Amino acid sequence: MSALNGLMAEFGSASDLVEAAKITHRSGYNDIEAYSPFPVHGLSEAIGFHKDRVGLICLIGGLVGMCTGYGLQYWVSAITYPENIGGRPLNSWPAFVIITFELTVLFGGLAAVAGMLFLNDLPRPYHPVFNVPQFERASQDRFFLCVFAADPKFDAPQTRRFLEGLKPISISEVPE
Amino acid sequence: MATKDLVLENGVPVEIPVIEPGHTLASVTEKISDIVLVRPISIGWVAGFLACASLVGVLGTAVGYLFFKGVGIWGINIPVGWGFAIVNFVWWIGIGHAGTLISAILHLLRQSWRNSINRFAEAMTLFAVMCAGVFPLIHVGRPWMAYWLFPIPNTMSIWPQFRSPLLWDVFAVSTYGTISLVFWYTGLIPDLATLRDRATTPIPRFIYGALAMGWRGEARHWHRYESAYLLLAGLSTPLVLSVHTVVSFDFAISIMPGWHTTVFPPYFVAGAIYSGFAMVLILAIPVRAVYNLKDMITLRHLDTAAKVMLATGLIVAYGYILEIYMAWYAGPKSIDWFTVHNRFFGPYAGPYWALWICNIIIPQVLWIKAVRRSPFLLFLVSLVVLSGMWLERFVIVILSLHRDYVPSSWGMYYPTKWDWMTFGGTIGLFLMMIFLFVRVLPMISIFEMRMLTPEAEAKHK
Repeated sequence: MSALNGLMAEFGSASDLVEAAKITHRSGYNDIEAYSPFPVHGLSEAIGFHKDRVGLICLIGGLVGMCTGYGLQYWVSAITYPENIGGRPLNSWPAFVIITFELTVLFGGLAAVAGMLFLNDLPRPYHPVFNVPQFERASQDRFFLCVFAADPKFDAPQTRRFLEGLKPISISEVPE
Repeated sequence: MATKDLVLENGVPVEIPVIEPGHTLASVTEKISDIVLVRPISIGWVAGFLACASLVGVLGTAVGYLFFKGVGIWGINIPVGWGFAIVNFVWWIGIGHAGTLISAILHLLRQSWRNSINRFAEAMTLFAVMCAGVFPLIHVGRPWMAYWLFPIPNTMSIWPQFRSPLLWDVFAVSTYGTISLVFWYTGLIPDLATLRDRATTPIPRFIYGALAMGWRGEARHWHRYESAYLLLAGLSTPLVLSVHTVVSFDFAISIMPGWHTTVFPPYFVAGAIYSGFAMVLILAIPVRAVYNLKDMITLRHLDTAAKVMLATGLIVAYGYILEIYMAWYAGPKSIDWFTVHNRFFGPYAGPYWALWICNIIIPQVLWIKAVRRSPFLLFLVSLVVLSGMWLERFVIVILSLHRDYVPSSWGMYYPTKWDWMTFGGTIGLFLMMIFLFVRVLPMISIFEMRMLTPEAEAKHK
């Protein structure tokens, strides 16, 4: 337990956490994170997180899938393996709609999930917050707020006093 | 949470809670995860699992012998070249539809009651798609050439025919299987983290921990997670409607009387949801009793599922009636009228009328509220509906093929024991996977149940 990674405050309810997160963020702490066992609306905004690029990644994935689907069928049916069946058009686009749609959905869906994991920096088996013994309840019934030592405003005794003012259930040190 | 059911209490509308009162964040977490982590394996589970596993052995035997001898061991021949394999394929794929419907469409419609059954229904979807996937592969006759279905560069320099509905089917079903798996796994990640944190022994902790990928429940994580989940739901919604549409194209795009009809896509999709909800009920009713989950999968859930069955069943009935009407409209000398006449009075009239009884007549008891709220009766009705939907596919596939335009190409189809063994075997495979699933993964989405507790609901106001 040499260096300190941050200080973690434990709360009993989602509304307490959202309030605490708002106050902490407003007080000038930026490198903070809130943890909850279910998605809490307004919590990510409370810690100052608004940008979410999953939608854009999904859109790009879907468009790539669309082009792949149509391109594959066009290339196979009209260029590399043309079959003249009674003089019918080689680029028979109505017949290509379905596979184009399927690949749009497939690529878009995979891109949304892969993008979500990538932006969330997952998979990541180890993280210092797991060293806090109470933290196992973050996936069950408790709510946590962590101020990381990397924050310029972080000062261990002062930040601890600040967090105590938020009336948490407990405050723990996150070891490095 | 705009779409809660309301009841009048002393003249004031009051929301009916989705789960029974008295649950907290800790209690739902404990209750669902303890089934996996703490509850000992019962003799009943072992017996059920072994019975299903032996049916899987039957499947292995039937498929092994098929690979050795070829499709001649089945009852198929000319003119009925599509037998049980296609009937079962369509039946299983249809059953899978309820899972995606519940998890995606009801998510978009903000039907929060779905949170109790979505995990379970998604698992059912995956296993049903697995069972369905067995059939096209073994049906191709020479399964070692099944890769011809995929656009893979090969030394023969040939490519698949993209204008064929059979190829659309390959893409539709494989996309559906993949997206269902990803949807299911994405939904599982936060719950796997819960299991990791609650596991008391190292091996489960390691396995669940690896699968949870280090999920920490950060606000940023949840934010992106919800975006991704919503996008997946949005993408799955047209997908689930398209899958059975494409399956119906396998029939509708041909010129076979009885297949060549525009009503097929919507009525296949309705039938798929119909059978899917029947399967959800068949699994949910015993599971909620055995694992004591009646406070989470409540009578309200059963009631709502029964209403969905009733509604989709009526769409199916409309499809049947429309087929008869169109044939009548085509005139008494048309091949369409001949097809209908042959269904009514031909050699397969038995299955046809059994289909009417199972799919249309008996399910009308679901109009009665007491039936919808009686798990035992619902279970029976669901079994009847599943049989009816299987008969529907039998009628569509076999009855259309056995009377072609030319009387010289008429013939009969009789399934052999190998057909039945393969069919029974996939039922065993499906149930075996369900048995495994309820023991190793949380069968109800824990984090979504937390959102239904009073503690979490207070937050949303």
